[in-house]
Amino acid sequence: MAGPMKMRATLGNGFTDVRVLMTHPMSTEQQTKGQPHFIQNVTVKVNGKTVIEGEISQAVSRNPVFSFRLAGGAKGDKIEVSWLDNKGDTNKTEAAVA
Amino acid sequence: MRAVALLAAVALAGPAAAQSQFEKYQQMTAEGSPVELFEMEGEALWRKPQGPRNVSLEKCDLGKGPGVLQGAYAALPRYFADADRVMDAETRILHCMVALQGRSLAEASKRLFGNADNPSEMEYLTAYVAGHSRGVRMTPGTEHPKERAAFALGQKLFYHRAGAWDFSCTSCHGQENKRIRMSELPVLDRPEDARPIVATWPAYRVSNSQLKTMQWRINDCYRQMRMPEPNFGSEATIALNLFLTATGQGAAYNGPGTKR
Repeated sequence: MAGPMKMRATLGNGFTDVRVLMTHPMSTEQQTKGQPHFIQNVTVKVNGKTVIEGEISQAVSRNPVFSFRLAGGAKGDKIEVSWLDNKGDTNKTEAAVA
Repeated sequence: MRAVALLAAVALAGPAAAQSQFEKYQQMTAEGSPVELFEMEGEALWRKPQGPRNVSLEKCDLGKGPGVLQGAYAALPRYFADADRVMDAETRILHCMVALQGRSLAEASKRLFGNADNPSEMEYLTAYVAGHSRGVRMTPGTEHPKERAAFALGQKLFYHRAGAWDFSCTSCHGQENKRIRMSELPVLDRPEDARPIVATWPAYRVSNSQLKTMQWRINDCYRQMRMPEPNFGSEATIALNLFLTATGQGAAYNGPGTKR
């Protein structure tokens, strides 16, 4: 069961700034003696269209926070951020640009 | 030899340069803080019916009336007539678990300090409660005779040297320009030092990915001083919390915070 996520998306100076918080243990190979558990893929969608597909690694801290700056955007645009980890768990959150 | 040279360089750089480094580090950790996630989990727990009476904590009176969260944390610790004692936020939450939900004190306080993999109910709840005081000035209770007695006890404990190392709180928090790793050690009996500290607990610690409460902070200070472990919500820990909070009163609450 994936813990909560939280996201803020704000428009300013022609950019949309997205800040998203994720609950995840992000445990490494070394910490777990071979049973790492970490987010592998992060996907950002704007109004259903994928704009960022990121691969991240064990090197990212527990409960990670990501910020993205997207060119343009308009108030009310629907931003969706989802993650997929190496065990197949997934979670997503949505927010409208404010 | 190299370490010695480095230390000398740091000393020469002077307090002004060092200060900005600490502040920059503080700012960077705060920007990447997941503390709001703890508030969200805390909200779910606050609303979750639990205990023999199967009720939530939504009617818990934190000093502003049953169920009022706005500004409640910033007005703690304070005297509560129904319990006839001074309480801080964590102690009051524990009180509500017993008084409202009908849980036994032993069950409710079985696991007050969590860990990174499994934070405690108390840690989540404290984050949730504290989050409703952002921007509210800190005004702990200082008028009631029991509040004054607690302040006086806290002040006495702050300077009281004891234990295997003959430490008091002032051994670390009594001199200017001291630090442990990247944490400056505030002189906690000075209002200007106490203000930013009391305004940012509870706090997420980036070094161990855990949200910690003020009750934990005081408990762990006693461990670091090699003194016997104080009880959670004991007269002594609440008195110290009131002494620190009253010393730093007037600051706008700016937590739950983020620390090293």
